[in-house]
Amino acid sequence: METNKYTAKDFATDQEVRWCPGCGDYSILKQVQTVMPEIGVPKEDIVFISGIGCSSRFPYYMETYGMHSIHGRATAIASGLKAARPDLSVWIITGDGDSLSIGGNHLIHLLRRNFDTNILLFNNQIYGLTKGQYSPTSEEGKKTKSTPMGSIDHPFNPLALCMGADATFVARTMDRDPKHMRQMLQRSNEHKGTSLLEIYQNCNVFNDGAFFGYTDKATKSEQTLFLEHGQPLIFGVNKEKGIKLDGFKPIVVSLDKVTEDELWVHDEKNRVKADLLTRFFGEDLPRPFGVFYSEERTCYEDALQAQIDQAVELKGEGDLDTLLRGSNTWEIE
Amino acid sequence: MTQETVEKVVIFFAGDSGDGIQLTGTQFTNTTALHGNDLSTFPDFPAEIRAPQGTLAGVSGFQISFGSTEIYTPGDECDVLVVMNVAALKANIKRLKKGGAIILNLDGFDKRNMKLAGFSEEQNPLFDNSLEGYQVSEMNVTKLTRECLVDSVLGTKEKDRCKNMFVLGFIYWMYNRTLDHTIQFLSDKFKNKPDVFDANIKVLKAGYNFANTCEVSSGRFEVKPAKMARGTYRNIMGNQAAAMGFIAGAQQSGLDLFYGSYPITPASDILHELAKHKNFKVRSFQAEDEIAAISAAIGASFGGALGVTATSGPGVALKGEAIGLAFMLELPLVIVNVQRGGPSTGLPTKTEQADLLQAVYGRNGEAPVPVISASTPSDCFSAALEACRIAIEHMTPVFFLSDGYIANGAEPWCFPQSKDLPSIKPKMATANTDYLPYKRDEKLVRNWAVPGMQGLEHRVGGLEKENETGNVSYDSDNHQMMVKTRAEKVERIADFIPDQQLDSGAQQAKILVLGWGSTYGAIKSAIKELLAEGKSVAHAHLRYIVPFPNNLGKLLEGYDHIVIPEINNGQLIKLIRDKYLVDAKGLNKIKGTPFQSREIKNHLLDLLNGD
Repeated sequence: METNKYTAKDFATDQEVRWCPGCGDYSILKQVQTVMPEIGVPKEDIVFISGIGCSSRFPYYMETYGMHSIHGRATAIASGLKAARPDLSVWIITGDGDSLSIGGNHLIHLLRRNFDTNILLFNNQIYGLTKGQYSPTSEEGKKTKSTPMGSIDHPFNPLALCMGADATFVARTMDRDPKHMRQMLQRSNEHKGTSLLEIYQNCNVFNDGAFFGYTDKATKSEQTLFLEHGQPLIFGVNKEKGIKLDGFKPIVVSLDKVTEDELWVHDEKNRVKADLLTRFFGEDLPRPFGVFYSEERTCYEDALQAQIDQAVELKGEGDLDTLLRGSNTWEIE
Repeated sequence: MTQETVEKVVIFFAGDSGDGIQLTGTQFTNTTALHGNDLSTFPDFPAEIRAPQGTLAGVSGFQISFGSTEIYTPGDECDVLVVMNVAALKANIKRLKKGGAIILNLDGFDKRNMKLAGFSEEQNPLFDNSLEGYQVSEMNVTKLTRECLVDSVLGTKEKDRCKNMFVLGFIYWMYNRTLDHTIQFLSDKFKNKPDVFDANIKVLKAGYNFANTCEVSSGRFEVKPAKMARGTYRNIMGNQAAAMGFIAGAQQSGLDLFYGSYPITPASDILHELAKHKNFKVRSFQAEDEIAAISAAIGASFGGALGVTATSGPGVALKGEAIGLAFMLELPLVIVNVQRGGPSTGLPTKTEQADLLQAVYGRNGEAPVPVISASTPSDCFSAALEACRIAIEHMTPVFFLSDGYIANGAEPWCFPQSKDLPSIKPKMATANTDYLPYKRDEKLVRNWAVPGMQGLEHRVGGLEKENETGNVSYDSDNHQMMVKTRAEKVERIADFIPDQQLDSGAQQAKILVLGWGSTYGAIKSAIKELLAEGKSVAHAHLRYIVPFPNNLGKLLEGYDHIVIPEINNGQLIKLIRDKYLVDAKGLNKIKGTPFQSREIKNHLLDLLNGD
């Protein structure tokens, strides 16, 4: 089928979707299936790879090639796949436990190598599939089955971690804002290199309302900040607030008192400012959504191919008999 | 000076781990190979890169056996012991046969070295008659090296680094070897460092001439070329051969080779070798850890490449879950274990065969994986190629077992030509059919559809699958059927491997020695001697351990006793007893070193005499 004739339905499988009713994963699946026809890649050239966890059932529901692998390793498996098959569009589906706890090592190494893959990190700040233990993104003091007196673990700030690993594309969206999510999926796909999209995803069974402040109509505009390249950082019900930099310190200002040109203008290419944005992580500042950072850097698979081409150019295409013979031989008559 | 023709010589080079002993040994090996001798080598070095100088812990050794006759092992006792210091002598004198020759560097026997080696001054072996009965050649290697380089611009430290060349030159003279190969080697190695090149050549020649002019040596020997089968030969080490086996596996199957690995002794040389051959489109990938290494290889295999990963025992422990995944997905994958002394970190630079049961059983759930082993350095080539064939044609992960002894050991190899290698046929799915990813043929092998094949999009995973469709299934009857089917698939590989042959001896005898892996040479030598003495013994050596060859049970019936020598506490023996209910007897050595053939021979003689 021609790629431009696809509809979202072409990306649905005959398998029954088995997430809990009301799970944020449904929205993500729908947006991904909606975006796929628009990326212009034949179905057979798309691969979804996941690890373990609720979110990792995702590939079973995508009518593309797919692998539901083992806990934490989707990033490593995708690295090998992309190294062997640079022609494929590779999507990694992972959760906060899968990518930041058991698979933390592979995540940071994938980011530094910059394989051209897309990571969708479903962050629900809880272990769902194992029925409700705290995760590496759960807040301190969180009471769960494994932390009856409250969690004493300091949580990861996933995007700050990814910036620390020299990720070339870092973005955040949420399950309850389909339009924004589709934009972010598009941007992830367009990025050449590893794109890391964190998706705030509600687990309505074990951690309901974890992101309520950002998703509920009553509070959303006060607590969220939507980033747009080249635009000043403005938020609030009536767009009446902005962010200004005082040295390296972001401060919330009222637009009554400060003019727009004094505000921080978002620049996706600015690493230092992107670092600061990932640190908008407490109660005092709104939570940013959108593309934090985007940079062009050589992808591992391209550098690898370049070395192969160079070796072929230098030595000629490998000849097995020459290899077997080596440089020193002798004859026995 | 006399010149004597000898059939076979065993030399042991020993010195500080920074003395360049391995290089000296390798150079002597390559020159000896080009001379046409049969040979076998055994490097023996400490885990530390530069262990404390002068101490027993820091002694690095290299053993070579070469001759005009067939050589199967690096030799039991040494004829010649070359020592660069007193610690090297102390650590290795037990290897030297009575009346053997010692070539020693007097400069390594001074007060300081004596103390480092744990000797008091009165205990100096040069003066306490403890070397009586040996032919000792003494020389001041360090001093002579420095004198020879008095005009060189190099610093003293750099000059001293050439002293191994003095010893090498000396030994070359003793055994009538040409310097040509080593000169060529040095000119390649130091092509950008003319001063270092000049110094090494000068010292090499000085050592050669010193042996010629000073009558310190115990004589000059001629070891004539060996009468080996006709053909073109080269020298080969096990890890190098394995790497070539994988390149051949990729070429013969038409797949691209992806090699994911994390550095670990003694497997890293496979990575080094493959990284050199990018012009064969080899994609070598040094991963962040053992798990990522195998995971990346699985990803590559899913994409239609030949995924290979190599490690040693501790790495296999980490890869276990991913091996289970590859088994469950039914994708081609080769897992190499270059075994070393265990458990835990164990003895990283020493050899052992103690990971066999790990390979056979070391996974959660019922996940049998074919296991293939190599028996000599050059055999690593064909065993690796065979591992690729089974992985690809039977859609399964395959274990390839080697060990530190054959991985680092060398021997002459009458290498094959590519036209004589088997072709490997991947079982690719065809487009425009209703593709069922887990529908099987008569071998129980599924069809392989890789991304990019239109209309064959499908999902695979580690969850239990419904028969044929591969959809997730928790059905209890389906699970039992799938577990049994996957096991049966591996069992049926036995129909596609050769029958077990006897290596030597008769179909019926008192004793069959059943070996696997690197014990081959020692067993072969022992059996050869016993057969020559008219004893009723035979030798079979297993390449295929999972599954066993179909005729193995029948073959075992021809003998009163089955003896299984292993460099472990008894592992193959458990599998043989379990499968064939025979009262096999073990011969086990767990010292981090290979068997000597006399250890096997004496054991068999005791058993024969007890009858």
